[in-house]
Amino acid sequence: MNHDYQKDISGCGLTGLISKKRRRVSGSSIVKSLCLMNDRGNGLGAGYAAYGIYPDFKDFYAFHIMYDDAGVRFSAEEYLKNNYHIEKIEEIPTCPVKAIPISPLLMRYFVSPLKDRLVGDTRPDDFVVSTVMKVNSEIEGAYIFSSGKNMGAFKGVGNPCDIAEFFKIEEYEGWTWTAHTRFPTNTPGWWGGAHPFTLLDWSIVHNGEISSYGINKRYLEMYGYKLTLLTDTEVAAYMLDLLIRRHGLSISMACQALAAPFWKNIDSKETDEAEALTALRQIYGSALLNGPFSILFGHANGLVGINDRIKLRPLVAAAKDDVVYMASEESAIRAICPSPEKVWSPRAGEPVVVELEKK
Amino acid sequence: MLEINAKGIYYRDLNAMIREAVAKGEKEIVVKGVNGQYYIGDGLVGNSTITIEGVPGNDLAAFMDGPTIRIKGNGQDNICNTMNGGKVIIEGNAGDVLGYGMRGGKLFIRGSVGYRVAIHMKGTKKQSPTIVVGGTAGDFFGEYMAGGVLILLGLDAEDGASLAGDYLGTGMHGGLIYVRGEVDPNLCGAEVGIGEMDDEDRATLKETLTEYCKDMSLSFDDVMKKDFKKLYPASLRPYGNLYAY
Repeated sequence: MNHDYQKDISGCGLTGLISKKRRRVSGSSIVKSLCLMNDRGNGLGAGYAAYGIYPDFKDFYAFHIMYDDAGVRFSAEEYLKNNYHIEKIEEIPTCPVKAIPISPLLMRYFVSPLKDRLVGDTRPDDFVVSTVMKVNSEIEGAYIFSSGKNMGAFKGVGNPCDIAEFFKIEEYEGWTWTAHTRFPTNTPGWWGGAHPFTLLDWSIVHNGEISSYGINKRYLEMYGYKLTLLTDTEVAAYMLDLLIRRHGLSISMACQALAAPFWKNIDSKETDEAEALTALRQIYGSALLNGPFSILFGHANGLVGINDRIKLRPLVAAAKDDVVYMASEESAIRAICPSPEKVWSPRAGEPVVVELEKK
Repeated sequence: MLEINAKGIYYRDLNAMIREAVAKGEKEIVVKGVNGQYYIGDGLVGNSTITIEGVPGNDLAAFMDGPTIRIKGNGQDNICNTMNGGKVIIEGNAGDVLGYGMRGGKLFIRGSVGYRVAIHMKGTKKQSPTIVVGGTAGDFFGEYMAGGVLILLGLDAEDGASLAGDYLGTGMHGGLIYVRGEVDPNLCGAEVGIGEMDDEDRATLKETLTEYCKDMSLSFDDVMKKDFKKLYPASLRPYGNLYAY
């Protein structure tokens, strides 16, 4: 047997930053940070999400859609035209990269739901979610991979640097960024399976594996979510939408549902808090994410980092001026912020919640 | 002395340069501008001293057997995995899973450490590994510990704050953990005994901490001003009867 082989030992890598004062930062920073962790992935997926990048269209939902072929585009656009006012249609700007010989057709639409389609008390956000679920599950070969306002996800199969070059990430400016390099373990490495996973303004990058995927998926399906992207991380994005936007939980409460404290820790709390946490675990037992994870999730008003309850995946945070950084490795932060004022390791299950300052 | 500027150098190239220098008999190597390069000092033998300026990447000093590495900043994860001999000194903080299965040598950290430090550390009759943490530690400190000595100082911790996290010494069946301060028994599993120091313990601490304080430019007398508690395996063979009843 040959033991003299080069084995690449990897796990996914993630990084993110947020300027609390909404200073728009060029994508070149996050690219530099992610590329330092290039070896954590294996070239089968990388991606970026940014907030504040479409100021001229900030009141429209920005749909990023990938199509397997031009024929599919026709069906999807028919559906969009019947349901949305379309302010602008364009190809997502890309640049030919040698390492990415094939890619789906990538289109961008700035849209708002037609008034007469919002029947009863359906809100525009609900309508957009139903559109994403419908297109992704019913129009074969079409995937809406980004659907928020003034934000966007850019992702595909490739290394972090190649995907950045392909999508011209350095040309975007945003106040919150997340990024991910992928080492797929249990599911295929395909364009839709790259991170970030998004729905409305929620975007998720994730290192680890969600072994409760089946339970989470069945729970979400009861609320009309359809899981089509063949990757465990998808449940986290939809779960946040359900818990925070639809059920009205605060971000910290939602985090306590996803990474619920152990019963022995609940028992050691004061009565009121113990009762609240018990209720949360009972009601949202199916929202618990089991298995190892570190997750960054971006949203319209901030950035959150969270680990599983026993910290089975790495997460480091740092701060300088009004910017907070979080990444799988401290060196990925130092690559773009060599002298942070503070560097710390978030504790297991305790989220780092960073909010943008009010405008 | 050899000085290497590691800025922007890929980890494989950097490690090849260090290896080559050690093979040529270089005793003192200073590596500047390190940021994130993996596997520094892995499997390295001999008695060279390597000083690292910056934050080295994961898996530093894995399987190392002899050299001394001093990191003049923070360390990341998985340092001293299965290390057999030598010494690693970290002047800042360090991450998770340090000293995994470590079987010899020393790991001295001035600051605090993350989760699962000294997991499954082990010793033999011939050699015993030692880890000293100057700050505080995350959960699972000394989990499944099978041998060696683990010392937690909590030098900059506030009075009354817990120095270790939950699951302290869980599954421990060998070795000793010394904590400078009180230990909450609720953090430990049933297999962990909490006891007072005896003369042998004091001798171990004196020898190890004298060296630690010298390396870190600390006052030994100041460090010894507080009392220590000793954690030991309450049973050497907790599952000895599992297959033999």
